[in-house]
This record gives sequence, structure tokens and C-alpha cells, in this order.
Amino acid sequence: MAPVPPADPSPSPLPAPKPPWWRDRRVVPWLVQAVVGLLVLLLIAFLLGNLVRNLTAAGLLLSWRWLQQPAGFDISESVLPFNAQLPYWRALAAGLVNTIRAVLVGLVGATLLGTLVGMASFSHNGLLRRLARVYVEVVRNIPLLLQLVFWYFVVFLTLPNGVAAIQLPGVVLAKSGLYIAGLGEGLRWMGPSLVNGVWQAPVRLSVEFGSLLTGLIVYSGAFIAEVVRGGIAAVPKGQWEAASSLGLNWFATLRRIVLPQSLRVIVPGLNTQYISLAKNSSLAVAVGYSDLYSVAETTLNQTGRAVEVILVLLAAYLTLDLLISALMNGLNRLVQIRER
Amino acid sequence: MKHLLRRLRAELFATRADAALSLVLISLISLGAIGFLRWAFTQAQWAVVKVNSTLFAVGRYPVEQQWRLWLLTALLIAASGATWGLIRAHPRPDRTGVLWPRNDRLAVVLLSLIALALPLALDLSLAIAGRWWGLTVLLVVCRWLAGRFGARLSPAGQRLAALVWPVLYLVGMVLISGGLGLVTVSPSEWGGLMLTLLASSFAILLCFPIGVLLALGRRSDLPLLRWGSVLYIEFIRGAPLITLLFLGQNILGFLLPGGLAPDRIWRAAWVLTFFAAAYLAEAVRSGLAAVPRGQLEAARSLGLSYPKALQHVVLPQALRVALPAIVGQFISLLQDTTLLSLIGLLELLGTARTVMANPAFLGRNGEVYLTLALLFWGCCAALGLGSRALERRLDPHALPSAT
Amino acid sequence: MFWNRTRSLGVSLLAAGLLAGCAGEDGGVQSQKLSTITGRGKLICGVEGKLPGFSFVGPDGKYLGLDVDVCKAVAAAVLGDPEKVEYRDLNSSERFAALASGEVDLLSRNTTMTLSRDAAGGNGLSFGPTTFYDGQGVLVPVASGIKDLKGLAGKPICVESGTTTELNLADRMREQNIPYTPLKFQTSDQTFAAYLGDRCVAVTSDRSQLAGKRTSFPNPDAHILLPVVMSKEPLTPATINGDPAWADAVRWIVYGLMQAEESGITQANVDAKLAEAKANTNQADLRRFLGVEGDFGKQLGLPPDFVVKAVKAAGNYGEIFDRNVGPASALKLDRGLNRQWKDGGLIYSPPFR
Repeated sequence: MAPVPPADPSPSPLPAPKPPWWRDRRVVPWLVQAVVGLLVLLLIAFLLGNLVRNLTAAGLLLSWRWLQQPAGFDISESVLPFNAQLPYWRALAAGLVNTIRAVLVGLVGATLLGTLVGMASFSHNGLLRRLARVYVEVVRNIPLLLQLVFWYFVVFLTLPNGVAAIQLPGVVLAKSGLYIAGLGEGLRWMGPSLVNGVWQAPVRLSVEFGSLLTGLIVYSGAFIAEVVRGGIAAVPKGQWEAASSLGLNWFATLRRIVLPQSLRVIVPGLNTQYISLAKNSSLAVAVGYSDLYSVAETTLNQTGRAVEVILVLLAAYLTLDLLISALMNGLNRLVQIRER
Repeated sequence: MKHLLRRLRAELFATRADAALSLVLISLISLGAIGFLRWAFTQAQWAVVKVNSTLFAVGRYPVEQQWRLWLLTALLIAASGATWGLIRAHPRPDRTGVLWPRNDRLAVVLLSLIALALPLALDLSLAIAGRWWGLTVLLVVCRWLAGRFGARLSPAGQRLAALVWPVLYLVGMVLISGGLGLVTVSPSEWGGLMLTLLASSFAILLCFPIGVLLALGRRSDLPLLRWGSVLYIEFIRGAPLITLLFLGQNILGFLLPGGLAPDRIWRAAWVLTFFAAAYLAEAVRSGLAAVPRGQLEAARSLGLSYPKALQHVVLPQALRVALPAIVGQFISLLQDTTLLSLIGLLELLGTARTVMANPAFLGRNGEVYLTLALLFWGCCAALGLGSRALERRLDPHALPSAT
Repeated sequence: MFWNRTRSLGVSLLAAGLLAGCAGEDGGVQSQKLSTITGRGKLICGVEGKLPGFSFVGPDGKYLGLDVDVCKAVAAAVLGDPEKVEYRDLNSSERFAALASGEVDLLSRNTTMTLSRDAAGGNGLSFGPTTFYDGQGVLVPVASGIKDLKGLAGKPICVESGTTTELNLADRMREQNIPYTPLKFQTSDQTFAAYLGDRCVAVTSDRSQLAGKRTSFPNPDAHILLPVVMSKEPLTPATINGDPAWADAVRWIVYGLMQAEESGITQANVDAKLAEAKANTNQADLRRFLGVEGDFGKQLGLPPDFVVKAVKAAGNYGEIFDRNVGPASALKLDRGLNRQWKDGGLIYSPPFR
């Protein structure tokens, strides 16, 4: 689809005073565009025609009425209250909120981890530096999906359960989830407690959520670490030297002098990483977390509405990406150096 | 020894805080290593990997047809060896070429060790292990022959030699899927590492031209082309791959006239291709942006047509700049093939999941996932290494100033 | 490579369409699906693929199971060769789209027949005869001490997403007002892996599936099926709604397997019975059934001896049941509801007349 002008079949031996109209510099671009546009339109018309014909044959013409019908299935964990009598759109909304929850916590976690590791790669300590390098090289070269199932099936599902659970003051980590102390009923401070062999606590995170988060944070953290490292490396070495000659120690130099300057390189890179983290959260389906994609898949199966469900999915993820981009662009404007 | 100690001290124990940190890290690392080794040698049952090694390699590919895959492997290895040798036999004109640089000797030793040890570790039968040993010898012999006699190859011969790869790819497709007198093996019987490599190589090869066209389209002056490309790229990059695969599996059948939709594996491979093309376009675009506009104008003023100027002047420079980003995309594409397991295809991860559904291997997740991780890590790291070597070879700054 | 295949397929489809258009008047069978299958030379059958007893891959890489035998019988009846089947593993969430888009010809994948799946306004499938009457059960570890659904209150239950199982679970628990946490997975593998990893205290699915999976557990006796049947699960092969002739063909091939058991025709004696029918002109029922006389096959768009071919390929219904899920198999399921109607079961073939 490159703007290739049509090849002249027979180059004329005589230098023509005026080129034929199909080689005219003003006409060619429009000709190319018209042809490409026509082809694309034809393709779209062909596909849509088939779609309508096939959907009619299967009795599945586009309709959104099913969104109002009761879903009939439950969702294992949901921030929005949900039960099986609520309509499908509520189920999808609950899935979307679950996705957003995972993405938000994941963003914060991955940023922290990535920044720490990125900083560690400039440490004086050779061991720490190499460890940071090893972490990045290992994590980036192993597929995220593989890491997710590893975290879930190999790490979290082999945690002890019940009484044997890992207990720290105010926090209990068991196979059934992470239980954290908090304000319970009647606004009383409550720690995790074992009732009938089941842990109870005001704040509870399932291991499915935990595996997804761990996987996303560890994976995105490695990429963010590279972004941060690139950003720090872009700060002139003189800045380090100047700061240390002022008597600032390594950490203070990094935190007060170097990191703020590197932000203008880091922030645009973070945007890409954040968007890919948001999209990667759809792999939750592999570890049994009820995110938007997993609810959508169930919905498709119960209703047979493939086209509508995929439209909802695409729209939701595109919106999420645009939101992140908009936020990051705003942030980017804040950190860029104002030209004088 | 003294030097080493001094370095150790400078790196790990320069200050008191550093020393404390180093001690903590060292103890943590050794604890982890001991725990892992204990698990690997006492608790882990590696039988799950040994018994199913064929399944992991080629899936349910019919046993009586597997000779075709062996043949293909042999051809690929011979071609790799020959290419490797030819590259060494034709060093860049500005550099002194060594036929056997240290890295190459190291690589040969390492590969031989792996080829020797791996079949034994996997308890492969002697016949199969023998084939692997034979293949290793083939690699080294081809490398040696091409290095020894490659320098005599004329430039035309070199161009012809480069054609071996596309031809080999087509031959490989025929060998794998059948046709031309071979028994057809339907895609539903492909699996394991073979499917992973097939799907990713297919997508890598095809996404490249599409991606370059999209990148050119995005920088084009023609509004329709530009906006079309932007729309496509941003749409694809905004959607998670899994939803696109899902679209390919569930909607494509509706978009095409009945029965015309390709097989599930091909559908997934095409989705991967179109997905990767959008990302590749962005990588290439960054490369194009790095080529000064004057280059195109200069080429045009020399009388080159637009396509010729692109082909001979702009694209080579842009692609060289974009090379790391492009290889990065290929690496993530290779990793993305694991998502095929979520739509029920039996590539490496999918195969692993079916293997673990087998009652005999229930709960052997750790062993299987670690093996897969090692495999993927190896493939991706190799791609990364190759890209760095290529970068060095293409680096213009290494050129002497007077040419 | 697939272009060639799809192109030739397209051509044959076109040809089939034209032929069907011409042949429309003289009462012949119009089935696009049937001509597609014969043109292609193989049947594409959607199966589960990892369910012992119903459809799974044996150690030699061949598909086995009750659902698979149905595919084989249909392939034998239509194409004359039980091996001319291409199996597609489908997970529960993609199966209907695969059927609706024509990717598979026949869905023989332990699929429950329900109103909304059958209805034109719902999934729009066309169900054949039920090949296995099942019910939803719950499997728990013996050690948990759980005796009934009430015991599951507040506990996580593993379930495969996108199934009727999931909906029934929600319904039953709501009826009895029992709070619970459903843990949902895409595939039955993952569901059972999570259950065996003790992530859930119970796993719910069709009772036959639970029994089948239990045989493969490291310690089968450590798990029991709760004495509750949460639903009716008639597992039934399905085709698309749009091609009634193809649906009829599948329906009567399966009925043929059931009728063969009732008439005492087995894989071993089918040739003898055929010879007997040919020799004895008085056995009108048998002669019609085996296609020696009459035109049942032609009415369905099938060869006259389709029953003989199907039975020879897979055996009669009883043999299929016994071999795959019955006492002779690892599942050791009782015939139960799946006995012939004469023995008090629900397997009942309408008359071949």
C-alpha cells in the first residue's frame, strides 16, 4: 500500500513535453489514494456483507437486548456488588471494575519495583547492579503467560492452608488468599482469625488476584526498570559529580538531582509500559481471576453473542488505553523542560 | 588472584553500608540457590519432561511421518552452519576477518556439550540421541566447509546462497504439512515447540513487509493512506492480543463466506501477523524518523524515483536504526505465541497443560513450567544475541572515514 | 497451502450449491453440509479432547471415547470410513461459535441440551438424540467431612466457566440461600488442577465427568461424589439449525446405533445379520433397518446401508457405552438412565419405518 506510482509499461524513447495524465505529479497521489480507498471499502463491504448474511443464517443478528437479561452466573470476587440475578451488563461492569482494580494496583507496584531496580543498576555495589541486570534479562525473556501460571500453580497453590498458613502480625498468607487486618464490623480493628477452618479478615485478596498482580508487577517492573535506567543514563554525568561534590550521598543525589531530570525521558516510556500492562491484565483468565475478558468469555458462551461481546471488549480496552495515554500526556507536559 | 580480591573489595565492600548490603544479598542468593537445588534434585520428578519430550517437541505429529521433521531439522542446521561460515569467510571489507574468532570456538564447544548432554539427560533412546549428535556434527562440518571455501564464492553466488533461506522455508512448509506426494498432516496434529516456532516464524516473516508498508503509510503525505495506517496501527495496539485472537477464532468464520475460513492454526498465525505488523510499524517509524529528510530529497534530486529512493537510501538507514526495536518486537512475538494456548491450540504451553492433565503427571507444574521457561529464555536470548551481533556488523561508525 | 484447499473447497461448495439448486425439485435431499462433507472427504467433529471416557487422546495419539465414537459412526455412515474424521478440540466457550461459523460440522462434545441453546432465538443449535443422560454432581475430598450442599457454605467451589454447570450451581445455591465463592476456569484441566491443588473444597461438573476425572486422581478413594444431583444434563450431539437435512441424518445415524442394540445387532454380528436379512425376505424390519430394502438412506441423503457402516465402525450404543464409560472402562459407570427403554432406561429409538 505504499504510494507506488503505476509503472510505465513502455518507456517512450522521445522526451515527452508533458507527461501522460497518470504520471502527473498532481494526479498520482490522488489516484493511489482512490485505488487504495476503493479496495479497502470493497473489502469492508465484502466482510460486512458476509457477516450480516452469516449472522442472519445463524439467527444472531446484532442486538443489544440480551444485556438487560439476568446473567445467571456468579462472579468469584467483585468490587461492585454482583449476584446471578443481575443483568449481563452489570456482570460486564463488574468485570471491568475488576480489571481496573488489577491495572491500578499493578501500575503502582510495577512503577515502584521498576524504579527501585532501575536505580539499583546505578548502585556502587557490583552485586546489586548485576542482580538488577539478571532480573531484567530473565524476566523479559520469559513469556508473561508462562510466568502467570507459574506464580499461580507453582507458588500460590502450594501455600499452606488453614492453621498452617503463614502468619505475621496483622497479615495471614494462606492458599485461600491474603488476609489483612483492618476496620471490621462496628468500626473495630480486627485481625485475621480462623473460623471453622476458614480465615476471615476485613481485607481479603484472593490468590488469583495475587498471582495476577505478582505476575504483572514482576513482568512490567522489568520493562519499567529499563525505561528508568535509560532515563537516568540520559542525565549528564556532570550532574552526579556536581551533586557528590556538594556532599550529597548516592541516594540523595539520585532522588533529588538525577531522577527529577530523568523524568522527561522516563515518562513517555512509561506510557507504553502502562498501556501494555493494562492490556496484559486480560491474561487473568489463565489464573481464574474474573476480569473483563473472563466475564466477557462467559457471557459469550451463555448468550452466543460473539460479535456484540467482542465489540464491548474492544471498546472497553481502547477506552482504558486512551485514559492512560491522556493521563500520561498530562504528566508529560508537567515534567518536560519549559523552553525559554 | 590479588587483582580479583581488589576488584571484589571495590565492588562489594567499598563502604560499610555496601558491605552490609552485599552480605545480605549473598546470604539471600545462597539460600535461594540451596532451596532450588534441593528441590531440583530431591523433590522434583523430571520424568514428566523426559517421557513427554516428543510431545513437547512436535505435539501429536504422526510418528511414521516424523522423519520429515528430522529431514527439515537437518536442512535447517546445514543451512545455519553454512550461513555462519559464509559470514565469517566474508568479513566486512574494513575489518580484519578471523575465520574462527574466540566466540565461535566457544559457541561450538558449548553447542557440542549441550548436544552431548541433553539427549542423555532426557533419557532419549540411543537412535534419537545419535541423530542429535549427527546433527551437531553436521552443523560443525557445514560451518567449517563454508568458512574454508566460502571466500571463493562470487558475489552472484553469495546472492544465490542467501536465497537458500526462503526456499528452505517453503520446503519446510511442504515437509511439515504434506502435499507434493507427501501424506498430508493436518494442522490439528501440529503442536509443541514445532508449532510455536512455525507460528512465530510465519508471523515474523509476514509482519515485516506489512509493518514497513504501514510505517511508510503513516509518514506518507497522502491523507487517506496516513489516516488509514494510523487508524489500523492504533486500533491494533489498543486491543489486547487475546481479544484479537478471540476475534480471529470466533468472528472470522462469520466474516468470510461459509467454509472459507482457514484452519484455526492459520487463523491464529494470521492474527499474530497482523498484530505484530502494527507494533513493527511503530518500530520502523522511529527508524524512519531518524533518517534526515534531506536524504530522501538528495536521492530524489539525483533522479531516483520515490520507490527507488526509499528502497536504496531511506529504508536501509531506517531499518538499521530500528534494528534493536524490531528484534525486540520479534522476541515479544515469540513470547506472544503462548497465548495460543488460551484459544485451545497445543503449542508449547498448551502441550504442557495437556501433559499435566494426564493423571500420571498431575501437580508436576514446577518441573514443566521451569523447562518451558528455560526453552523460551534460550530462544529469546539467542535472538537478542544475534541482533547485537548484526548491529555490530551494520554499525556505520565502524567504517573507516576514507572509503 | 490452505489456500489451495480452501479454494477447491469453495469451488466444490459452489458446485454443490448449484447442484442443490437444480436438484431441488425432484424431492432429493438438499443438504449443503452433507455435500460439503462428501466433497471434502472428511467430517470435522468438535470434541472436548481431554475428557476421559468421552473424548481424549490415547497414548498412540488417537482420539478415543463415547463422543468420539459418535463422530466415527457418523463418518462411517456418511463417508464409509470411520477414520475420515478430523477432530477439533473445543473449549466450552468456543464450541457454539465454532459450530455456528461452520468450522465444525458436528459438535459431539458432552454438550447439555437446553431450551436456549436449541431455540432459534438463542444459540440456534439443532440437537440430535441424547447420547448420555447425566446430572450435575459435586466432588469433595473425603477428609473435608462435607456431606451436603450446606456444608459448602462460604467455601470456594471450582467450576468450568461458560457451562450450564456454572448456571445450575448459581441457581441451586441461591435457592437454598447458601453463600459460596465460585472459582472459574476456562478449561476442565485448570478446574481440576485447582481442585487438586486444594484451592477449592469442592468441584462441580457432570457426574460422569467427575467420575471420569476421579479415576485419574493420584488417590481416587480420597474423593467422594456428594449424593446430590443438581440438574438434568442430557449430553447431546448438535448441528446447526440452518441445515435440517444434515441434522436429520445425524439424528437417525445415532438412533441407528440405539436401535441396533435393541435389535441385538453388534459390531461382531452385523455382517451375519446383514447376510441373514439378505437371505430371508420375511424379516422386513431387519431388511429395512439394514438397508436391504426400502430407501431410508436415500431419504436422509445417506447410503442405503448407513446403519451397517455405522455399527461396523463403532458398535451399537451399548457397546460404545460399555467400551468407553461402562464397566469395561476405567470410569466404571453404571448404565443407569442410559439403559434401553425395555430395561427401564431412557434410550429409545423411534421406529425405523
